[in-house]
Amino acid sequence: MSSPSTFLAALARVFPANRLLDSEAGLAPFESDGLTAFSTKPLAVVIPETRDEVIAAVRLCHAHAIPFVARGSGTSLSGGSVPIAGGLVIALNRLNRILRLDPAQRIAVVEPGTINTAVSRAAARHRLYYAPDPSSQQICTIGGNVGFNAGGAHCLKYGMTSNHVLGLTVVLPDGEVVEMGGESLENVGPDLTGLYVGHEGLFGVVLEITLRLLPMPECYRTLLAAYDRVEDAGEAVARVVAAGLLPGAMEIMDRLAIEAAEAAVHCGYPADANAILIVELEGEQRGVAADFERLKELINASGAREVRVARDNDERLLFWKGRKSAFSAVGRLSPDFLVQDGVVPRGKLGVALREIEALSRERGIRVANVFHAGDGNLHPLILYNGREPGALERAEAMAGDILRLCLRLGGSITGEHGVGLEKRTYMTDMFTPVDLEVMHRIHRALDPLELSNRGKMFPDGAAPALHRHGAHPLERAGIISRE
Amino acid sequence: MNPADSPPALEPRTVEEVVEAVRSCPQVVPVGGGTKSAATTGVAGFAPLRLGGLAGILEYDPAEYTFTALAGTPLRAVAAELARHGQYLPFDPPFGAAGATLGGTVATGVSGPGRQRYGGVRDFILGLRFVSGLGELVRGGGKVVKNAAGFDLPKLMVGSLGRLGVMVELTFKVFPEPRAYATLRADLPSLDAALIAIGRLNGSPFDLEGLELDPAGTLWLRLGGAAGTFDDRLDQLERHLGASGQRFTGEGEGAFWSGRVPLATDASRDLLVKVPVTLAAIPGLDAALAAAGATRQYGAGAHVAWVGWPRPAEELDRLLQTHGLAGMVLTGPAVQPLLGRVRGEGFRRRIKAALDPAGRFPSF
Repeated sequence: MSSPSTFLAALARVFPANRLLDSEAGLAPFESDGLTAFSTKPLAVVIPETRDEVIAAVRLCHAHAIPFVARGSGTSLSGGSVPIAGGLVIALNRLNRILRLDPAQRIAVVEPGTINTAVSRAAARHRLYYAPDPSSQQICTIGGNVGFNAGGAHCLKYGMTSNHVLGLTVVLPDGEVVEMGGESLENVGPDLTGLYVGHEGLFGVVLEITLRLLPMPECYRTLLAAYDRVEDAGEAVARVVAAGLLPGAMEIMDRLAIEAAEAAVHCGYPADANAILIVELEGEQRGVAADFERLKELINASGAREVRVARDNDERLLFWKGRKSAFSAVGRLSPDFLVQDGVVPRGKLGVALREIEALSRERGIRVANVFHAGDGNLHPLILYNGREPGALERAEAMAGDILRLCLRLGGSITGEHGVGLEKRTYMTDMFTPVDLEVMHRIHRALDPLELSNRGKMFPDGAAPALHRHGAHPLERAGIISRE
Repeated sequence: MNPADSPPALEPRTVEEVVEAVRSCPQVVPVGGGTKSAATTGVAGFAPLRLGGLAGILEYDPAEYTFTALAGTPLRAVAAELARHGQYLPFDPPFGAAGATLGGTVATGVSGPGRQRYGGVRDFILGLRFVSGLGELVRGGGKVVKNAAGFDLPKLMVGSLGRLGVMVELTFKVFPEPRAYATLRADLPSLDAALIAIGRLNGSPFDLEGLELDPAGTLWLRLGGAAGTFDDRLDQLERHLGASGQRFTGEGEGAFWSGRVPLATDASRDLLVKVPVTLAAIPGLDAALAAAGATRQYGAGAHVAWVGWPRPAEELDRLLQTHGLAGMVLTGPAVQPLLGRVRGEGFRRRIKAALDPAGRFPSF
């Protein structure tokens, strides 16, 4: 590694002073991301406006052996965009152009700093949309979504980010620029695009992304069912699936989450329910109408104490309002909370919830549950008070137990947040040393100096961690949430 | 050396035997059902590692929409088991009737007509185990429908042509199959008119289960769902197209789709080639292919061309280069399977070096 001052001088030849930050105040906003428990001060931040500037920054990092982190809006929930001490942050927000939108071919070509919802907004006049909908979609970027293979509420039917990325132009950690995939849905040769999505920043920086767009469904039909027991809601999900229906979304909230949502946004959920299930079908009018009748029969027979059918779009949005605000609402119940992101087979949802409840009782730690039931993706919110000595450690220990529970039930440690800094230590629970060694070899083949987002995903990576207290300011404002 | 000089075939019956074969044999090439033979016949000196003995469904819980099977499991067996529970692989993997296997489908990355609705083989593979060129047994992905842990090795192996590893076990997502189908055949006046119609359909809310195109301008549009809904929906579709067509339901309907891929070619003479395309690329490509005497059909909503090529592979390689396209040979006289402008070679080379540093599998 050459001296920081030589490196900074080289950067200054590429970036004007207002886009090369190295002052205390300039660096502060970049020290942390959506996982506020981690924070580190980088050496500097650059704010490129063109892809050539991104490439130049990466090549300088390589020449000077300085580690770097590419960052979008910093909403990662796994600490994926936390800086590296002494490293560079490449902030991509200004590369936010939609370069091309071709409705006939249903594609959009975008720069990495493009906001997720901006794609759907631009596509709307062609009656198209971009399907992946992580709940921070109002501010998170496509580049970040690609890095961590972001999910959302519609993954069973539509898949994750990787299922909607057709082509990429990237700069590898040593400065080589590579194109992969293209504009067709089809490909020949190994699916390099598929490997690249979800690289957690370890394979360099994405410069341009070709996205697949989908036609907006002709209609939505949504129902909300209230249950006395959360297991019954889980059982209802299993029945819907077993009946051969393919809902766009199936979401469950437990009592604590319902109470919090109700208090926050007055969504009118049945107040004494112990669980709420929201199921939504979408598609062509005629097909959906037929399926919705079957869905109602199934739900009516599932032991629900109350079933509501959204009469119009306003009521549908009200059903969703409580669900979408659940995370910021839970923040009102507790000064701090951790969110886990484990996945279990759908049929094990009931078992998983019972065991989480038992852990909660046993440890005296409150847990609210909000989850994507259709794809078995749990989001237990583990409440704690960071000012209380040892509380964070106890919450983290409980989070670890929940992840191991997910693995024991045949699932995964992360459905959509990625491993990042947060779940590195659990990789050895999910993968064997050989699996990890092979991933390491791929990593080193692409980044022999391990400069690109060093310290993330692999269990042995050294990384910084300073604990902080309190919710993210944007989370308190209800703009982002940890799911 | 010609293929006749290849070392004798290996026929492992267990995952351990696959590991042993890769460790003990200096050069091997995995072979599934042999239906897409170009992936494995153009390589002399590599011992065929036949995986047909490594067959069987290991886990299948219909309520999870997932199953796990050994890589040599025939598609036929998978389809039959899924159908018992009203489920299917929505990307319509081709060559099932001819004996194609799950592993071969992934290794060649081929999908059928259903690809255009929910996605292709890359979108339904969830996890796998494979043997690397160093003889390591590696797991990637998971067994649940949503998973973001670790590098997405399952997707990497899609289209890897047996050059990166030997797949031994695969986990897929499946969906409930529509209860019934109906098909509309619309003969539009020209290829251009049909391409314009597809562009307009792409902006419409019709949920098409299949959208295929023949070069003369014939469109095949498939609807799925409850049988009672078809008359209205077909009327709407005809109005949208501004053309009436021939309607198919029942048994005849299914026969067209199950026979749609592959394009029939004389494998002793012609190459059968998959070429990923876009609407914009088709007119120029189709004219050039027609001039060369090639047969063509377009699938997956005009995202793939299946080409029957009667001339030397080098000529098609040049033609595809000219059009900025890539191709993969599936069957025909022995050649290197990848043709034209294949993207990402610098990236691929590094991955190959990481997974198969000693060149135990063929090069691309």
